[in-house]
Amino acid sequence: MNHATLVRFRHGFGVPLADIPQLSYDEFRESLLEEVTADARVAAYFGRPVSQNNGEEIEIFAILAHDWRGELALLRTRVSGSFPSLTLECPQLHLFERELAEQFGLHPEGHPWLKPVRFHRPWLEVDDIWGRPQGEHPIPRDMEFYRVEGEEVHEVAVGPVHAGVIEPGHFRFQCHGEEVMHLEISLGYQHRGIEQMLIGGPHPAAIYQVEAAAGDTSIGHATAYSQLLESLAYSAPPPRAQTIRAIALELERLANHVGDIGALAGDVGFLPTASFCGRLRGDYLNLTAELCGSRFGRGLVRPGGVGFDLNGALLQTFSTRLKGLERDTRGAIDLCFDSPSVLARFEGTGTVSTDDAEALGLVGVAARACGLVRDSRLHHPLGSWAGGFDTPVIELDGDVFARSNIRRREVYASLELIKQLLKRLPAGEISSPLGSLAPDSLAVALCEGWRGEVVHAAITDSEGRIGRYKIVDPSFHNWSGLAMALRGQQISDFPLCNKSFNLSYCGFDL
Amino acid sequence: MLSIIRERLRQGHRTAKYPQIEPTLPQRFRGLPRVSENLSPQTLSAAVVSCPFAALSDHEGELQIDLGRCLFCADCPAAIEYGALTFSNDYRLATSLREGLLLNDEAYRLADKLGKKMHKLFGRSLKLRQVSAGGCNACEADINVLGTLVFDLGRFGIQFVASPRHADGMLVTGPVTENMKSALLDTYAAIPDPKLVIASGACAIAGGPFCQSPEVNHGIGNLLSVDLYIPGCPPHPYTVLDGLLRLLGKTPG
Ligand code: SF4
Ligand code: SF4
Repeated sequence: MNHATLVRFRHGFGVPLADIPQLSYDEFRESLLEEVTADARVAAYFGRPVSQNNGEEIEIFAILAHDWRGELALLRTRVSGSFPSLTLECPQLHLFERELAEQFGLHPEGHPWLKPVRFHRPWLEVDDIWGRPQGEHPIPRDMEFYRVEGEEVHEVAVGPVHAGVIEPGHFRFQCHGEEVMHLEISLGYQHRGIEQMLIGGPHPAAIYQVEAAAGDTSIGHATAYSQLLESLAYSAPPPRAQTIRAIALELERLANHVGDIGALAGDVGFLPTASFCGRLRGDYLNLTAELCGSRFGRGLVRPGGVGFDLNGALLQTFSTRLKGLERDTRGAIDLCFDSPSVLARFEGTGTVSTDDAEALGLVGVAARACGLVRDSRLHHPLGSWAGGFDTPVIELDGDVFARSNIRRREVYASLELIKQLLKRLPAGEISSPLGSLAPDSLAVALCEGWRGEVVHAAITDSEGRIGRYKIVDPSFHNWSGLAMALRGQQISDFPLCNKSFNLSYCGFDL
Repeated sequence: MLSIIRERLRQGHRTAKYPQIEPTLPQRFRGLPRVSENLSPQTLSAAVVSCPFAALSDHEGELQIDLGRCLFCADCPAAIEYGALTFSNDYRLATSLREGLLLNDEAYRLADKLGKKMHKLFGRSLKLRQVSAGGCNACEADINVLGTLVFDLGRFGIQFVASPRHADGMLVTGPVTENMKSALLDTYAAIPDPKLVIASGACAIAGGPFCQSPEVNHGIGNLLSVDLYIPGCPPHPYTVLDGLLRLLGKTPG
């Protein structure tokens, strides 16, 4: 392996840009593929414009995670106009390359599935590669959909507005009778332009925008954002703050996992668990609100520490309430996992193979349900997790049951973790001042949100302001997993498969 | 079967006695703010510029807060650094008029009951189509909980329905992204007249945390006329429920 071509580091530290070698595209490609063969996966991949004497070029950064070494590898190169796509050799890049095409008007040549991602105008004064009129806002789902031809084949189109209180997205099924041959998902309806708003910062409004990147993962995103700024400022929050963040992260996992199990039970008509879990989810959210006033944890995690202490009578409230909640949660969940009619619907439905999961770069619950050991609390710990988390939950079957059972087991694990964390809550301050950000540096932060790994990366300019901010929500990788899960399934199983992933539209759309 | 019944008995009856009994909200919950009077001109102008979401303004020498723009931030500089406002525990925030969201030292006017004709039509049964138009999904999540057994929305005659054709109105969340604008307007058009429009959350009222983005509109106010505004980021489920019940004239007192 050619070590001079890349930088290896652990997250939690900024890397001066000057230390990252500038590779030719060929060297970049070769190193990237070599790393991926050696078990790395693509955690983030993004571009930024850089002026060159002869016009504008796009600098591409690849952030690769070597999970078992707890290491990240960093590669960079420059391109302009077009470049040979790597998607065929490394499928997990497929959406990242489409992003580069949409944002900067670059052409990844040979990309097998080159379509817009979020339907926004290019970020630069360049021609749109799909030839959409300049100056006008693109129209969502205005793209070529994959079609299966044949007399008995029919197409089902759903959305953007769905039959429920949920986010918008468009789904196209190619069906033969009841059987789905292919599902294509076209999103972008929730695109608010968050990454662009963060440029020039850190702005006072930024933390609120980040908390609202995916509202059900406010703690996850706010933690990644804070860790990132702390890395760039070379400062660490006090241990007490780190532990409070970790508790809040597990509470967020509990609320969402419990809610999801209820929704899955409801979808197969098992109403006791559905209604008990609906209530219990709210109780976990209310516990977060006891801590910071907001059911979604808004205002809790802040760069430098946390905004609220978990002390005095509140500690007592936490232990008492958690005790009752644990009993009720176990009762509600076990009921449904003990029911043969529920298991019959869960087992063997919506299976994703381990190989597909690996090729698509799935993360979090969806990856762990396919036997992939991917959990940044284990591999890339920071703060309170360092050395404290050693048992990721793994299932092998990759079906709805596996994804549900991961949640069930993680619910019990999180309850245990919170107990441990409450017991060893360090004394001291809950926040320390954040210094100024190092100029011309890059940093990456990973945080295992309840769906999976939340990645934030930023590059500062020569004055220590944010020049490029990149967010990778776990849903960005995992929507492709849902599309794969539907292959060969009955279309009537879509709601169940969809709930077993429960992905974020706004987290994908940003 | 027996184990289901046993568990059902153990979990107990959980539907809140609202609205007969007021809910107890967490101590740290941030509800209706109170603006401080007689601020010095320096403090007043410093407080006004300190809000990143332009929720504060100088109204004839007194501080005025726009609850439609306010996110009820935990680290509001106007509250913490300048003592220019304080947040109470009062979750009741919904109003009927956009101007009604501007709060200064006068009493805050909560939403009115629907007019006679509309009340006759919808007072006993209100079906709503929810459209999510670019928020963060927390607003939707806290509307969804109204369907859980804790709130049991159905007992008030309110229901969220799948088809706009079956709806009496539309409840919108999110700042209305460019990409959702036409789907939102299409949904509105598909609802039979007469119909209600409800803006729930800071995003839907004025753009929320995304108010500066060129990718979003500033809520639905510029696109449709709104019958009920529910502030918050996200509004607490009781804030939403209180607003809906006020509209239907079902709140006690
Ligand atoms: S709470 Fe937030 S939005 Fe409201 S006035 Fe204060 S800073 Fe502005
Ligand atoms: S108002 Fe706040 S909670 Fe509601 S969608 Fe907007 S950002 Fe999310």
